[in-house]
Amino acid sequence: MSGGRVRRLLLGAAAPVLALVAAILITSLVLLVAGDPVLDTWSTILSAPRERNVANIINNATVLYLSGLAVAVGFRMNLFNIGVDGQYRIAAFAAAVVAGEAWLPGYLNTVLAIVVAMAVGAAWAGIAGLLRATRGVSEVISTIMLNFISTSLVAFLLRKAAVRAPGSNSINTKEIPEGSRIPGIPFGGGVVEIYGFVVLAVLSGLAYWFVLNRTRFGFDLRATGQSTTAAVASGINVRRMIVIAMLISGAAAGLVGLPILFGDAYSYGSTFQSGLGFSGIAIALLGRNHPVGIGLGALLFAYLNEQSNPLQILVGVSPEIVAITQGVIVLTVVVSYEVVRRYRRRLEQQAVAAATDRPERPAPTEEVAT
Amino acid sequence: MASVETPSRSDAPPAVRLRGIGKRFPGVIANDDINIDVARGTIHAIVGENGAGKSTLMKILYGVQPPDSGTIEIDGAAVTLGSPADAIKAGVGMVFQHFMLADNLTVAENVVLGAERLHGIGAAAREEITRISGSYGLGVDPDRLVEDLGVGARQRVEILKVLYRGARIVILDEPTAVLVPQEVDELFDNLRELKAEGLSVIFISHKLDEVLSVADEITVVRRGTTVTTVDPAGVTARQLAELMVGSELPSPSTESSTVTDEVLLSVRDLTLPDPAGGRPLVDGVSFDIHRGEVLGIAGVEGNGQAELVETIMGMRDGATGTVELAGTDLSGRSTGQRREAGIGYIPEDRHRHGLLLDSSLWENRVLGHQTRRPSVSHGLVDRAAARADTQRIIEAYDVRTPGPEVPARALSGGNQQKLIVGREMSGDPVLLIAAHPTRGVDVGAQAAIWDHVKNARRNGLAVLLISADLDELIGLSDRIEVILRGGLVGRFDPSEVTPEDLGSAMTGAGSDAPREEGSP
Repeated sequence: MSGGRVRRLLLGAAAPVLALVAAILITSLVLLVAGDPVLDTWSTILSAPRERNVANIINNATVLYLSGLAVAVGFRMNLFNIGVDGQYRIAAFAAAVVAGEAWLPGYLNTVLAIVVAMAVGAAWAGIAGLLRATRGVSEVISTIMLNFISTSLVAFLLRKAAVRAPGSNSINTKEIPEGSRIPGIPFGGGVVEIYGFVVLAVLSGLAYWFVLNRTRFGFDLRATGQSTTAAVASGINVRRMIVIAMLISGAAAGLVGLPILFGDAYSYGSTFQSGLGFSGIAIALLGRNHPVGIGLGALLFAYLNEQSNPLQILVGVSPEIVAITQGVIVLTVVVSYEVVRRYRRRLEQQAVAAATDRPERPAPTEEVAT
Repeated sequence: MASVETPSRSDAPPAVRLRGIGKRFPGVIANDDINIDVARGTIHAIVGENGAGKSTLMKILYGVQPPDSGTIEIDGAAVTLGSPADAIKAGVGMVFQHFMLADNLTVAENVVLGAERLHGIGAAAREEITRISGSYGLGVDPDRLVEDLGVGARQRVEILKVLYRGARIVILDEPTAVLVPQEVDELFDNLRELKAEGLSVIFISHKLDEVLSVADEITVVRRGTTVTTVDPAGVTARQLAELMVGSELPSPSTESSTVTDEVLLSVRDLTLPDPAGGRPLVDGVSFDIHRGEVLGIAGVEGNGQAELVETIMGMRDGATGTVELAGTDLSGRSTGQRREAGIGYIPEDRHRHGLLLDSSLWENRVLGHQTRRPSVSHGLVDRAAARADTQRIIEAYDVRTPGPEVPARALSGGNQQKLIVGREMSGDPVLLIAAHPTRGVDVGAQAAIWDHVKNARRNGLAVLLISADLDELIGLSDRIEVILRGGLVGRFDPSEVTPEDLGSAMTGAGSDAPREEGSP
């Protein structure tokens, strides 16, 4: 069986590698057409990152990983949660307000803020889930609209809750007290630190894997994602599953902004990073909704983001070129997965045909009725 | 059933002569030494089990796939068919099982589409369409929108498309699979017209009664090779089936009665309103099924049998009436709870309702049993136990597969169905609902599934059997109820009823007749 396992692994890796190669080729083509130096650009991007850069990559990947997980939960159920972006921002805002008020001491405050973030993210996504389950509204449409509402709502509430730092134009929520911040983990000789939240991200990945692949709930979720009709016939309450899946996806989305909030920014302000939810869609696609795959996808995106920073200074190319690479990856990955899937299906059918190509025998092994 | 030589109606060469056709796919021999002669002006049927190689053979004849060996002669001249365009040029046309028509175009536009060079797209084309329609009795109005046409009329448009392109040899792939009995008769009349005009029709089917009624010659394909060519006048459906399987065929006839007087399933006044506001889909249905009894439901498709089953399974909202299983009232319970109460369910459409096609066989074993051991315990999926139990099903129900890890999609229809039957029989059900259990499966799997239904009956289950195959219903049931427009309209004793009686009751012709005496 080990031969088959190796082949399965190779086939699994073939699609992303194929996509990556295609994306690099297309990006090079864009550089060529624009008259930019192709080789210099790649040698900058592919140069070995320094410790400080590695820490940045890990930090960025932590955030992207959580976003990818949130999207992947929906994907496994055939729900397209485009609203992770809105969900994480409204959740991070709520968490920042709660943590900034510091109603509870020390880490109790942190825990409360994390719970609030997950609850708010879940509630925001749950709106789309309820609409889909009761009224049949496509979650694609409703989550996109909820993104806009979330942006406006947060901007509106931020004005009410914000404190203006003297001599600054940006407005922020109250700073989280020092005792409630999550300390960084010293990295590479202690010069730099990575987010302590990375531990929680890894735990989230483990939980995702366990719940989806080992529990009855996960089975129901995947079954519903594959075939709603078969799920109904098997006794799964599909409407309830839709709401629950959206709640879980939203709760995971609620975590996305927290590594930044508790490890770096300490408050939510008008400059808080946005757009992480959309990267999560690409990363979930790239990682095939697999917890390890999403991790690799998050690292790749974070790596490209970080390594593109010096492009402008060193070779005079806009760092936005990696956004093209990332976008192309998403397109090519969808195509290459389909190619590999068809190839794999053909292999399987041949295997079945070969194994069943044996002489007929009387149909049932039990006694045949006469 | 003596095999006949190719009838020499004239000295003209046969319209189609296939000699030694072979086609291999990696690991599979699809066709091997196929020899067929189709005489001009005849209907030639090709019958065989699913997977016997009929479709591959037709694809070769229509130029979709090149043969690895052998020769094709059309009207005595050897041809090489590299593409469907070559085939059309040689006068071969094909009507596929799934129609390829644009709904929002008219009949004329559909026919002309892709063949604009022949007669243009204007009056000349219309005239030609009307002429063909008239001379073969197709009765097709060129100006109707295809979306307004019924299934039978759409099929005639497909035939017209083929004739418009000048086909003298028309291949029809399982043309009756989508038709109701009355439309089948109309189709056969059309085919006879084609024959009378000197065209040759190649008719692929596995409905043996139809083949016997319409074909002039029948070629049996088994395991990729032509077994024999027979004259329909000299064979029975049963003999044909035996030629297809290559062994003696078990009949669906049931053994001595095992019916007891203990009621297991009691349905009272079950009604399912039409969400669109029309006549109720299920209309005040009441019946009992006893331990060890098979109740057959006969009916023309679309008269509420699918809705009846889904209502009993709790899959439909808004139903009224009661469903009682072994003394427990199931009304208001969810589908999952009904399954747990002991209902095994073989759905009508196994791809839509019975399987997760991209999941492994053992995951499909878990489906519908998510709340029960051995596949699930304490909220966790017990993978080892599920795999072991799948292996048990594979062996006990003769599911042909390399193992439980294979995705369900890779299995043939018959093997998928055997897996479903095995799954639904595990977990000690008290009621088995089997909706069209042998639809689309080959003759070998059909016999096996009949045996499993009989075993279930002998083991004291109540069985609700829905089928469009009247022989199957009569052979397996202890009692037959006829469903018409959502209501039960007649009860028959299968030992006395004939398919003709059932047929007239199903269409409403016999609904005024006195209810015949049933068993309980």
